[in-house]
Amino acid sequence: MIEFKNVVKQYPNGTIGLNNINLTIGEGEFVVIVGLSGAGKSTLLRSINRLHDISSGEILVDGKSITRAGGKQLRRIRRDIGMIFQSFNLVKRATVLRNVLTGRVGYHSTFSTMFGYFPKEDHDIALDALNRVNIREKAYSRADQLSGGQQQRVSIARALAQKPKVILADEPVASLDPLTTRQVMDDLQRINRELKITTIVNLHFIDLAREYATRIIGLRAGEVVFDGPVSEATDAKFAEIYGRPIHEDELLAAEAAKGGVLA
Amino acid sequence: MNSAPVPDAAEVGAPAPPPSKKPAPTLDSKGPQRFKALFTWLGFIVVIVVCGIRVDANLVQLFSANSMENMGRILGELSRPDWSYANRIMPAMIETVQIAIAGTIIGSVLAVPVALLCAVNIMPKKIISIPARIVLNLVRTIPDLLFAAVFVAVFGIGAFAGMLALIFFSFGLVAKLTYEAIEAIDPGPLEAMTASGANKIQLIVFGVIPQALPYFFSYVLYTFEVNVRAASVLGFVGAGGIGLHLDQQLNSLRYDRASTIILLTLVIVLVIDYASTYLRRKLL
Repeated sequence: MIEFKNVVKQYPNGTIGLNNINLTIGEGEFVVIVGLSGAGKSTLLRSINRLHDISSGEILVDGKSITRAGGKQLRRIRRDIGMIFQSFNLVKRATVLRNVLTGRVGYHSTFSTMFGYFPKEDHDIALDALNRVNIREKAYSRADQLSGGQQQRVSIARALAQKPKVILADEPVASLDPLTTRQVMDDLQRINRELKITTIVNLHFIDLAREYATRIIGLRAGEVVFDGPVSEATDAKFAEIYGRPIHEDELLAAEAAKGGVLA
Repeated sequence: MNSAPVPDAAEVGAPAPPPSKKPAPTLDSKGPQRFKALFTWLGFIVVIVVCGIRVDANLVQLFSANSMENMGRILGELSRPDWSYANRIMPAMIETVQIAIAGTIIGSVLAVPVALLCAVNIMPKKIISIPARIVLNLVRTIPDLLFAAVFVAVFGIGAFAGMLALIFFSFGLVAKLTYEAIEAIDPGPLEAMTASGANKIQLIVFGVIPQALPYFFSYVLYTFEVNVRAASVLGFVGAGGIGLHLDQQLNSLRYDRASTIILLTLVIVLVIDYASTYLRRKLL
């Protein structure tokens, strides 16, 4: 499904972002990438849809090389990859429905989208996607009137509207509170199971990774230092990935307890 | 309010640009502050004195009996406007507003593509954005009255020359304010659009326009306010509108009629300013 072949990312200043990554991610997997900030989690994720270019190596998505694709072909591959961001990245002034509909632009010619028109089928797809994340009733609200958790679900719906084969989520819950974190992760898990969409998520909460992932990949200084099922990802393994014992704030449970005390 | 770029002279009173993320400048040196203030004041006084000498400023002439008498006479005549004249200048007044409307709309529409070419977050290729900005700056250097004088020379006396002048003026102003607004938009939605496989035009239609449109409309309204004021003096160089009549009445020393024109212009400008300010507040 997604194949990394000797992927290297070197920044212009010489820093190594990714160091010889070789990975194969199969269809329908729920992969969680963990690692310290700066370990290359985001770079790895963003190289899959080429929001970041890599220096050498190759990435295949569904057998097609995204690193060699250009122009229309690149946009075609991106259309099949939905993406969810830490800061939601919605157009705040636009309605929820309008935001979800923008997930459909990859299916239309420049000319037919130029005037902002979408056919009825697209509206049905968008509303259906909103239904899946349980915020259909918010379809006509302005995006900035929604809470953080609701906005993140809108962005999941936008990714779903693309009818993607893969969903990438870059720290999707980092700006949410513990309760909405669970709702958003539950949505992602349900979509992964029901629609068989390969899902790759960057997380910094270790317990959350163990709870939702089918496979955990640990990154450290741009290298894969762990790759295996959840059952193998013991505390000792995590300490190895992080290069130090696990901290309290890397557990959602601890965060939730802290929030509980404050509340 | 925010640390937006300082507007140049032409834009004093311009609508505040969208909030930018630059931190406010801080004062980090305390020592030479006192001398700095002293030298600033000294420099300021020197500049005023030098400029005063250059323009032959003369306090004696300013308060001489002759000037006082002239001033009193003209103010006296101005304070008794000839209301019967108002009906005769109505068509010219309407023409003034029409010049402003046509100039603003056409100029603003032309400004949109150029603003997109100037904004570095939309057009990262410097080979396009820098020449586009140079052209824009050149257009903005030329005052509207100079444009009007040139177009009167080319197309003859009349409102058409005035409209052309305001098209150029509006184009320069709206394009500059809009490209700055575009550069300050949230880049997140653009990233999301790119990730979903949108091309450049789709990115602009769904990522840039919804974010920049309220700012654009606000700038268009502001430009319209400025244009109504500009259109009322375009007639001095023969470019149509009320200015022609004002020029004639002033030359024939009919201050009562000039006063009518000035008051009428004032009313119209005030009404348009008020309406436009109200609309702009609703937009943002």
